[in-house]
Amino acid sequence: MQRDGLAPTRAPLRPPQLSRPSRPARPVRRGPSGRVQPVAYLYLLPAFAFFAVFAVAPLVHAFKLSFYEWNGITDQVWVGLDNYVTVFTDPHVRAALWNSVILIVFYAVLPICVALVIVGLMARVRIRGRTAFRAVLFVPTILPLTVVAVAWRWVYAPDGPLNFGLDLIGLDFVSRAWLGDFTFALPSMGMVGTWVTFGLVFVLFAAGVQKIPSQLYESARIDGANMVREFFAVTLPALRGEITVALILTVTAALRNFDLVFVMTRGGPGTNTEVPSMFIYRSVFQIRSIGLGAAIGVILMLELLAVNLAVLWYRRRGDLSA
Amino acid sequence: MIESRHERRFVHLVLLGASMIALYPFVSILLLALNPPGKRVSGFTIPSTISFENFTLAWQRGNFAQALFSSAVVAVTVVAASVAFSILAGYAFATMRFPLRNTLFVILLAGLMLPYEALIVPLYFDFRSLGLLDSRWAVILPQIGFSVSFGTFWMRTAFWAQSGGALVEAAQLDGANTWDILRRVLLPVSGPAVMSLSALLFLFAWNDFLLALVLLPQNEAAQTAPLALSFFAGLRRGGEPSTIAAAALLVAFPVLIVYIFMQRRFIQGITTGATKG
Repeated sequence: MQRDGLAPTRAPLRPPQLSRPSRPARPVRRGPSGRVQPVAYLYLLPAFAFFAVFAVAPLVHAFKLSFYEWNGITDQVWVGLDNYVTVFTDPHVRAALWNSVILIVFYAVLPICVALVIVGLMARVRIRGRTAFRAVLFVPTILPLTVVAVAWRWVYAPDGPLNFGLDLIGLDFVSRAWLGDFTFALPSMGMVGTWVTFGLVFVLFAAGVQKIPSQLYESARIDGANMVREFFAVTLPALRGEITVALILTVTAALRNFDLVFVMTRGGPGTNTEVPSMFIYRSVFQIRSIGLGAAIGVILMLELLAVNLAVLWYRRRGDLSA
Repeated sequence: MIESRHERRFVHLVLLGASMIALYPFVSILLLALNPPGKRVSGFTIPSTISFENFTLAWQRGNFAQALFSSAVVAVTVVAASVAFSILAGYAFATMRFPLRNTLFVILLAGLMLPYEALIVPLYFDFRSLGLLDSRWAVILPQIGFSVSFGTFWMRTAFWAQSGGALVEAAQLDGANTWDILRRVLLPVSGPAVMSLSALLFLFAWNDFLLALVLLPQNEAAQTAPLALSFFAGLRRGGEPSTIAAAALLVAFPVLIVYIFMQRRFIQGITTGATKG
């Protein structure tokens, strides 16, 4: 049988490589046994060459730049940790970092909660057109984010569909220039994030729920469980693995968010929708403070690393206690 | 399965509602773009006469012929190189034994956690000093460097599923060398995995915006489609929304085509992956 698409977008982040070398679940995996084959290095060469030159080397360079003050032209001046101090004291940069944390609510928490509710409902009934729903709900995830941004800019425009709809149902006092509003710009942007990541989360959960044996639901019902109890007793525990993957993917998307901000608001109004990656861009092209940009990049990377490891650690601990 | 009719209807309504929300923003710019340019449109207006003039205007003014071509060159090069390199590396990791195997694999995988937002600053200055800034290579090369992590993992898993089987062993017993085993035995049965990987990498490459924005700052001829879209949408802010909408659709079109044909494969790839481990 040909099994395609065995690998996921981010699954490699999960335990296999941490708990290697043996994979007992795999049946006859004799593969790398027998004698050592030095020819392997030849096969690895192209991939590793590109990885080393265009991922590892820039990373090292970023670390180095983050300890210097530099405007991109004159000589670099060693300033030690000054740039990192700026990251945590400058109100503008702090606003950007804080916004990216708030965006996690919209990119990760909200879609995961909504998808769990919907999938919990789906678990109880046979769905007609399941694959069609899946395909449609996944569309926002695959569109270029620049296109998404243009579309939502129109939806949110003062004379756009959202305000038009609000006026239509008599809520005209709610309508406003959403992306120019000091209170609503960030949540409005966040909702676009929810819209983008929901499809991905939903598809993950829907696949997970299909694998739950229906006997579990039947016995839950015989025990007199209602919908809510059933959800917490059967559906939620069974989806733990999918929730882990969804968290990693969506939190990463939230912290890295750049395209939407650049096209929709450029960080405005004021610094209301400023995010770290936007600031990195500014540091090269506007502020000309290269070291600061590099430092924010390093912080961003460490943030992502911390989130990934925290989620994985939590997951493993959960597995052990289960 | 016990189920009430009300419950079924309710769940289907929820899914239908969610689907409408998922499609609406896209549909709204489609409707907007089909109006004649200059017409004042607001809200949910469905165009009374369908006009493709916005698309023509966007095409002419936004440099999209050039940009779509540029995007295609970038995406095809990135996909071809990344897939080839991933096949080679994935094959080595899946079937061979050699010192530092696990260490090397973990290093490569760590690349998956690397946000290229963090690398964009050094890349800009490295390419500037190499004189590669503003050339397509400036976006192609880093994208290959970022894609091989994911690709190698993907191909390793795919080959793993095959190489435990009798095929490879039989070939080894026949005295076939590693290259022959890859080319004659494993690749012919790994078509679907290679296709899925190509489709995913195409999507990533086509949708990339930040690399193009930073590394192709001045050269209009090398601009990719998302970059051209952002300039087009930015310059005309407050201008003609219907033409900008048409431009966005031009950029989305190739991705949608790939998605329509590869939809099942995308979703399968993501879900089967998530269920493992």
